[in-house]
Amino acid sequence: MARRVKAKHGFTAWAVLVYAFLYLPILVMVIFAFNKPSAPALASFHGSNVCAIPPAQIGNITVWNGFTSCWFSAGLHDPTYLPAIVVSLQIAALASIISTVLGLGAALALARMRPRLRAPFDVLVYLTLVVPEIVIAVALLIFFVQARNYLHFFPDLGKGTILLGQVVFNASVAMLIIRARFVGMGDSLEEAAYDLGSGPLATFRQVTLPRLMPAIVAAFLLSFTFSFDDYIVPAFTNGTTNTWPIVLFSAVRFGLTPAVNALATIMLTVTVLAVTITAVVLRRSRVQATPAQEQAPGLDAALGLR
Amino acid sequence: MAVVEETAQEAVAASATRRKRSFRPRYPAWLTAPSFLYYAIFFLGPMAILVAFSLATQRGFGSLSYGFDISQYRLIANSLYVTIFVRTLVMASIGSLLTIAVGYPLAYWMARYLTTYKLLALLLLIVPFWTSFLIRTYALKIILDPKGYLARDLGINILFTKYAVGVGLVYNYLPLFILPVFASLERMDWSLIEAATDLGARPFTAFRQITLRLTLPGVVTGALLVFIPMTGEYIIPDILSGGNYEFVGNVIGDQFNQAQNQPFGSALAIALMAVLSVFVIVYILFARKEERFGG
Repeated sequence: MARRVKAKHGFTAWAVLVYAFLYLPILVMVIFAFNKPSAPALASFHGSNVCAIPPAQIGNITVWNGFTSCWFSAGLHDPTYLPAIVVSLQIAALASIISTVLGLGAALALARMRPRLRAPFDVLVYLTLVVPEIVIAVALLIFFVQARNYLHFFPDLGKGTILLGQVVFNASVAMLIIRARFVGMGDSLEEAAYDLGSGPLATFRQVTLPRLMPAIVAAFLLSFTFSFDDYIVPAFTNGTTNTWPIVLFSAVRFGLTPAVNALATIMLTVTVLAVTITAVVLRRSRVQATPAQEQAPGLDAALGLR
Repeated sequence: MAVVEETAQEAVAASATRRKRSFRPRYPAWLTAPSFLYYAIFFLGPMAILVAFSLATQRGFGSLSYGFDISQYRLIANSLYVTIFVRTLVMASIGSLLTIAVGYPLAYWMARYLTTYKLLALLLLIVPFWTSFLIRTYALKIILDPKGYLARDLGINILFTKYAVGVGLVYNYLPLFILPVFASLERMDWSLIEAATDLGARPFTAFRQITLRLTLPGVVTGALLVFIPMTGEYIIPDILSGGNYEFVGNVIGDQFNQAQNQPFGSALAIALMAVLSVFVIVYILFARKEERFGG
């Protein structure tokens, strides 16, 4: 028994280390959102707002130079950051709606289709997930350029092509999440509805759809996150459009200010608050639903990550 | 990838119910039409053009003529590119092994010892995903920076080396590995371990012969789930190696961004997919075997 307890302590210590590793960069991101420019930069700067120092002269900001909160307003007033975030939000909202609808349709039909019929479709879905994103991105780039050359109804490289490209991967993820839930649900309740004289549409609307809702929401949120955070497909299909990850990437490469940390901290705070509120609301309304049912789609969602 | 086995199981279950009942509520097959059409245009279409480009001949800057020119593929056999392919595969393998070494004990801890806080521990694995991947990688760069605390005070100066890339790979893919492994550990029947130790097996023997054996499919699935995107990784090598330690993905990207040698970039992309398909096929064979004989 003593040995088991000792083993448990060993594992717990390891777990603490791993969580520290996972959260250290996030902690650094938040702390360095409040970091002042380096002392030499401050000495040679004569304005009142230290956050107005241009990135090139900011000096070493990988060590702590002192506290300031001015990066938050600097980030919110930056001419490129907020518009890029808005573009990313627009694309993510549309991409996740389209992906969820496509995924829902395919999941419903495929889950109960004969294996031989659905095999080709399954292979296609797995291909979209297995092919590295960089390969899909360059393929989409040459495809959109060629398509635009020959067919004029195709959009120029920009928001539209980013959206069209992202839906490929996201629809597959949405399909897998919704299908896992649909298969796990069984068909006895639907059969009961049919037996009691309900038509196919009414059954779908009143029986199937409500029970699928957690998976549909999970699929939507996951594709939203993927799309919003995606750099590679937009980087190749954007034309001149800037999304938030594109702005971030060039900032990381060519020098950035803590204003980026400040914006990322705001977004993390908003997300954590939103999730906490949702969790509290769900817990209150979860009297009828079994906890296992509530957890299942979340875990599936997590399994579908990237 | 776990779905490969699931669908097969589900097929068995489906044929069982079909015998039992005459009626099954089914949804019309045309519901797959929109997504099928979508994949055909925006996935198979680009892939087909990629193949066509890889076989085309470059004529001057940015213009090319289609044909069946395999010279791009010959160019890949050039030692420089072979080195980059080997480096990518080696780094992805090391990254996956490290991820297993770091992640398996954590998944084990969650499944074996946690009860009340299990859900919280899972949630805490997902929260890092709510912060941009780029920001987290940038934060790692701050931590590893030569002028930062780690390098200055502890003498660990690894930014812009392969070690930094390794840290970045493990950091970003760890949760992705832990989740499927945790799922397979959750299904473990721990009384088997008790039975084995009662019958005189040493704890480590019991672990090796029962727990590891039963969770191996989950581990392999999780490892493949991180290995594949690692081989296509683009951002981590770029930011953390500063261009010193490029992966195949970076070289492919360069052909489209700077070099403007699209046929060669396309050939590299196809070659990367060919290499990866070997791993996927091995995995599918493994999954089939597990399904037939394994736990």
